[in-house]
Amino acid sequence: MQLYLPIADIPVNVFLILAMGAAVGFVSGMFGIGGGFLMTPLLIFVGIAPAVAVASVASHIAASSFSGAISYWRRRAIDPVLAIVLLTGGTIGTALGVWTFTVLRSLGQLDLMIALSYVILLTTVGGLMFWEGLRAMLRVRRGGAVSVRKPGSHGWIHGLPLKMRFKRSKIYLSVIPVVVVGLIIGFIGAVMGIGGGFILVPLMIYLLRVPTSTVIGTSMVLTLVTMVFATMLHAVTNHLVDAVLALILMIGGVTGAQFGARAGQKIRGEHLRLLLGLLVLAVGIRFAVELVIRPQDLFSIRETGGAAP
Amino acid sequence: MKPRAPLAIAGLLATMLATTPVHAERLIVSVSNHRVTVTPNYSGGELVLFGSVEKDARTPPNRDSYDLVVTVSGPRADMVTRRKERKFGIWINTDYRQFLQVPGYLALFSNRPFDQIASPEVQRRQQLGLNNVLLMQRVGPDYADVVPNDAFRSAFVRLRSERGLYREATSAVTFLTPTLFRTGIPLPADVPIGTYNVEIKLFADGALVTRTDTAFEIVKVGFEQFVATTARQNGFVYGLVTAAMALMTGWMASIVFRKD
Repeated sequence: MQLYLPIADIPVNVFLILAMGAAVGFVSGMFGIGGGFLMTPLLIFVGIAPAVAVASVASHIAASSFSGAISYWRRRAIDPVLAIVLLTGGTIGTALGVWTFTVLRSLGQLDLMIALSYVILLTTVGGLMFWEGLRAMLRVRRGGAVSVRKPGSHGWIHGLPLKMRFKRSKIYLSVIPVVVVGLIIGFIGAVMGIGGGFILVPLMIYLLRVPTSTVIGTSMVLTLVTMVFATMLHAVTNHLVDAVLALILMIGGVTGAQFGARAGQKIRGEHLRLLLGLLVLAVGIRFAVELVIRPQDLFSIRETGGAAP
Repeated sequence: MKPRAPLAIAGLLATMLATTPVHAERLIVSVSNHRVTVTPNYSGGELVLFGSVEKDARTPPNRDSYDLVVTVSGPRADMVTRRKERKFGIWINTDYRQFLQVPGYLALFSNRPFDQIASPEVQRRQQLGLNNVLLMQRVGPDYADVVPNDAFRSAFVRLRSERGLYREATSAVTFLTPTLFRTGIPLPADVPIGTYNVEIKLFADGALVTRTDTAFEIVKVGFEQFVATTARQNGFVYGLVTAAMALMTGWMASIVFRKD
């Protein structure tokens, strides 16, 4: 069934988009991530303009993280104070990101920047995850103890001023690194059309030492708010949010996520991380190849408005 | 005052006849549909233009064959053509040209190749063929059209042609009788909305004999068009509705798939 997407301005097959949403939803449910880093590239590969893909996926991630956040809230696995401090940074970061997005778009370099940031971010994060998963697997095989969190070790992060107590997470931490982490996630979320969960969770665990009990729920709240904010800003400044596309993605995504979550429980943690690392790495490499090989057409046209009445 | 009125009219008529070129032929044309509505599942279509050449007493008696060129131009907009170049090992957009108020849709149809209809000079002056159509560019501080084989101009025309939005067909106009003609105007699925001008030029013996204009309108209807218009005109409300929709979907999912 063909459907015309009003903002993307192309006809698409509804079932293809629905299947893509479900597949990404499955993966995101399995790994407990938003899946934006998979969704945006997939949309770009089927021919949707990168700018529209980024803006529309923001609302898709808002939907999936909201359903996740609700269930974590019920289980009291969200630290509200930590979420609010993260959000102050996240909101500023998102606004900065949308502004950068608009500037790059007018310079004609947006597509390049999206592709480049995907390459850098995904290959780095994917490589690290893959490496870490591999090492953990080998450790388990050798029968060694799995210790990710070294108790009592205090890095430079803990020497910073403006300390604050986050009760639910049971940590005592300076607000500066928390705000900075929020800012980074908000910024890359708005520019790249990703929720940033796959970067945020490791940052919170390794850098901020947030306990695993509250980390995913709290990161989902941050993702939710920054993505709602990004949707609003993209809609107001660039008019690029395709609501029809977003709705199809959401329906596919939330359904797929349920099955993914069940599948994820059957797989061991380190295997999961290894798989996720491979997946992230593969998407990054796909973008890198795209940049290096000679494009089919060196020329491109874009309407710059100013339509005569 | 009154008795002089007929005189004045006669005088006016006389001046009109003296100043306007005397057309020996008249073109009468019509398109099959003056208002095309495009629905969401529209996958392209075709309009038909038909008309006839009316001769009168002043038509040279030995003139029996005509040539016809039909130019259809859609709503105009500014467009930018960018060129990718290899820099630091990757392909990035480097140079660009801005095309000013160029038609979003452009089709040129004729009954035989343009070079058989008129001399290159007439072809250029009458803008016959995609190579001769004026496509204004901003080149630094100046405004100009460039030579047809300019890299940006030809890439622009090629890319628009690949989408079916620019086209040229030199056998599309058919003469059913020596004076009765028809041509189809194909409209692809992503045809821009707005007013389309159709200009019909009649040639005989390599010179323009007469010309006439008609127009049609393309309107998109349905939910998709409503969405697109709202997104452009009420960005804030549109964003709010989209965000609310996202939250609703997420909330519904958490209820439907609630495990406990």
